[in-house]
Amino acid sequence: MSNIAEMKGITKHFPGVRALHNVDLEVRAGEVHALVGENGAGKSTMIKILMGVHQKTEGEIFFDGAPVDIKNPLHAQSLGLGAVYQDVNLALHLSVAENLFMGQLPKNKFGIVNHAEMYRETTRIMESINVNVNPRAIVNTLSVALQEMVCIGKILRQNAKLVIFDEPTALLTTEETEQLFQIIHMLKEQGVGVLYISHRMEEIFRICDRTTILKDGEKVATVNTADVTEDDVISMMVGRSVQDMYGIEHVPPGEEVLSVKGLSRKNEFQDINFEIQRGEIFGMFGLVGSGRTEIVHSIFGASKPDRGTVTYKGAAAGYKNPRRAIKAGLALLPEDRKGQGLALGLTVTDNTNMASMGQIATLGVLDNRKGTQIAASFVEKLSTKTPSVYQLVKNLSGGNQQKVVISKWLAADSEFFIFDEPTVGVDVGAKVEIYKIFENLVKEGKTILIISSYLPEIMGLAERMLVMYEGKQMGILTKDQFDEERILRLASGIQEQERSDSPS
Amino acid sequence: MNNAAPTRGRMRLYIGSGKTELFLLLVLGLLFLTFGYFSDVFFTVFNLMNLLRQTAIYGIVAIGMVFVIISSGIDLSVGSVVGFSGMITAMALVAGLPFFVAILLAIVLSAGIGLINGILVYDGKVPPFIATLGAMAVVRAVIMLVTNARMISGLPRAFIDISQATLFGVPLLAVAWIVLTIIAYFVIRKTVFGRSVFAYGSNKEAARLSGINVRRTIYGVYIYSAVMCAIAGILLTSRLSSATPTAGSGYELDAIAAAVVGGASLSGGEGSILGAFLGAIIMSTLRQGGTLLGLNAFVMEIIIGALIVVAVLLDQLRRKQGGTK
Ligand SMILES: Nc1ncnc2c1ncn2[C@@H]1O[C@H](COP(=O)(O)OP(=O)(O)OP(=O)(O)O)[C@@H](O)[C@H]1O
Ligand SMILES: [Mg+2]
Repeated sequence: MSNIAEMKGITKHFPGVRALHNVDLEVRAGEVHALVGENGAGKSTMIKILMGVHQKTEGEIFFDGAPVDIKNPLHAQSLGLGAVYQDVNLALHLSVAENLFMGQLPKNKFGIVNHAEMYRETTRIMESINVNVNPRAIVNTLSVALQEMVCIGKILRQNAKLVIFDEPTALLTTEETEQLFQIIHMLKEQGVGVLYISHRMEEIFRICDRTTILKDGEKVATVNTADVTEDDVISMMVGRSVQDMYGIEHVPPGEEVLSVKGLSRKNEFQDINFEIQRGEIFGMFGLVGSGRTEIVHSIFGASKPDRGTVTYKGAAAGYKNPRRAIKAGLALLPEDRKGQGLALGLTVTDNTNMASMGQIATLGVLDNRKGTQIAASFVEKLSTKTPSVYQLVKNLSGGNQQKVVISKWLAADSEFFIFDEPTVGVDVGAKVEIYKIFENLVKEGKTILIISSYLPEIMGLAERMLVMYEGKQMGILTKDQFDEERILRLASGIQEQERSDSPS
Repeated sequence: MNNAAPTRGRMRLYIGSGKTELFLLLVLGLLFLTFGYFSDVFFTVFNLMNLLRQTAIYGIVAIGMVFVIISSGIDLSVGSVVGFSGMITAMALVAGLPFFVAILLAIVLSAGIGLINGILVYDGKVPPFIATLGAMAVVRAVIMLVTNARMISGLPRAFIDISQATLFGVPLLAVAWIVLTIIAYFVIRKTVFGRSVFAYGSNKEAARLSGINVRRTIYGVYIYSAVMCAIAGILLTSRLSSATPTAGSGYELDAIAAAVVGGASLSGGEGSILGAFLGAIIMSTLRQGGTLLGLNAFVMEIIIGALIVVAVLLDQLRRKQGGTK
């Protein structure tokens, strides 16, 4: 097979950071090539260089055999490169069709946009990847998964020869992931090269032909995926092997701390009931959009439920705003890192201290030295990769940004933690560290409510699990009832046949 | 590379956040040299003091504007509040009230206007541009109605002397400006309020979910801005030895320009008190130097307009390079 793209001796320096050093990478036509490595290893930087977002400091790039100097994203696009980034970048207020044809709207001879043709083409392209979506639909009304499919459609319309996916499954459900894999398979059949970045080993081993491993900005190896095991890849990534990821010790539950009764909010969730005991790790599972996030936002005072009551430590907990909830001892790590979790333009220190300024202030005046120390201690604890605690968060890699959000909520010293997709984009090694922290939290008598779309994670961590489907509570399973198939059935709305009291 | 080395990190912070300011200092130096070379009166003490005196008043207004802009808002009512505060002070003084009562009255009533702006923006969800545009028109109209569009003069000598007084040879006006700048610098860096303004301006939703008191933060920035305007209005009245109904008109543009030239970003989350200080001086230096060289006043305004755009352009360019090269 011939190489579609070849990157040779790529080096990239950012101020104070050596992101890549002499990295080689080649992607063949009709192959799915995985790029793996720890947070901050340089994966995103590689593809951003390929896509013309960043300029390389040193090195050469060949595309279709010819040397190229990729100047900007438009140039990359015209060469036949397309990328689906983890944070979807579509024009959210425009229609699906307008997004697909952005910059190249079909016009009739009077220069008027030919909508009919645009819609027809859009439907054809989306159908070619088995996606059923109204070309007139406004993008921000679509689910994350559909938005991602629209991104892919956009790339297909440009007839890309190399398609890059940067952690595409982070927010997809199992089913949606399957659909994505089918699309990737189709691309492969058509002789398109695919570069695939993910922190999920099982995905890599399912769809990728070859795997390139990066560590600290350097290439460790390129291997045929079939020739190695998951453990091999992980130890090349992190320099040690990682076993029994979810093997955390639970503590015997104490008294009831949170109780939710008949909680409802129009168009979001109906009649939710559950209790959580002190020291418990309670899971919430469901497809993206099934109402999980909305429920915890209501508990946290970020939105107002229409009906129902929440009781926290025996007192009514209808918090008017998140500030009150935080005062009462709650913490909420939101799902949407960029939109709700971080102030990207501020420093690691600022973000780490954001939810706990009260603790380092006397009469409104901050002890900045203490704030810096706290930030530095979390950088150390979570091995966040950053040149200093004064680095702007927008300059960190995705997984390291996530570690900063986690730090913010750990610094807030709460009693009851709500973690909404806490490990999105975090590498295997760091995940284990984070789970260790969870373990310590419950040992200290704190309580955790965790939401995750990633079934192995939630099955491994939670002691009980509430499963949601389209705003409805489908049931609460205990650890001995955890069974992948059963959970997925519930999450897709299939009721249990009267057997909930006889553990299967 | 992994763990933060505090000492090196701290140095990086100062250099990193000081880039805009250093650049402005350079520009200022160049302007001084140019005007000093072409005009022999430019470097006289009298002229330099006059420069400070002239800049001080809208420099003070710019301090408040920096807070508002960092919060991703804008305050167009500043000019009207300057006029309003001057009017209140003058009326109170003419009515024979003691100095400090007159001043307090002006500050408190102006703060009230700031509070209304804050309520409109936070509780009313009115975009800051519209809310303060409304306040700008209404407050100016109130001034016109109350004063019958006439100026108020006959102010006590001692009050007028304030603007002429000096402290160790430095005009009191400039001293006030410098002191207020230092206070604001402290507030922005070292208080919960200051960091909340940054957090809110950088990401509203993240700030809210982090338990930041958004109401207090928004009320705070508009009140801070109004209080700065009130002080500027009092000083302006003293300097003009009367309160004119049009006093302060056009200040909004000068203040915004000083803030933006000083590195504030209109999309929020970024801004520097020191930068605004230097931005204000640069603009007055241009105006004054131009006058000394006998340049046409309109030509000077063109140059200043161009300067604002160029400053922002250069800053964007520098930032982009820092980010991707
Ligand atoms: N714009 C930037 N300015 C400064 N440093 C940067 C910038 N972008 C990335 N870096 C640094 O370059 C290194 C590599 O980052 P990159 O985003 O490529 O990592 P990654 O492998 O994609 O990690 P993740 O798995 O967390 O997404 C990191 O140390 C990061 O902090
Ligand atoms: Mg990345």
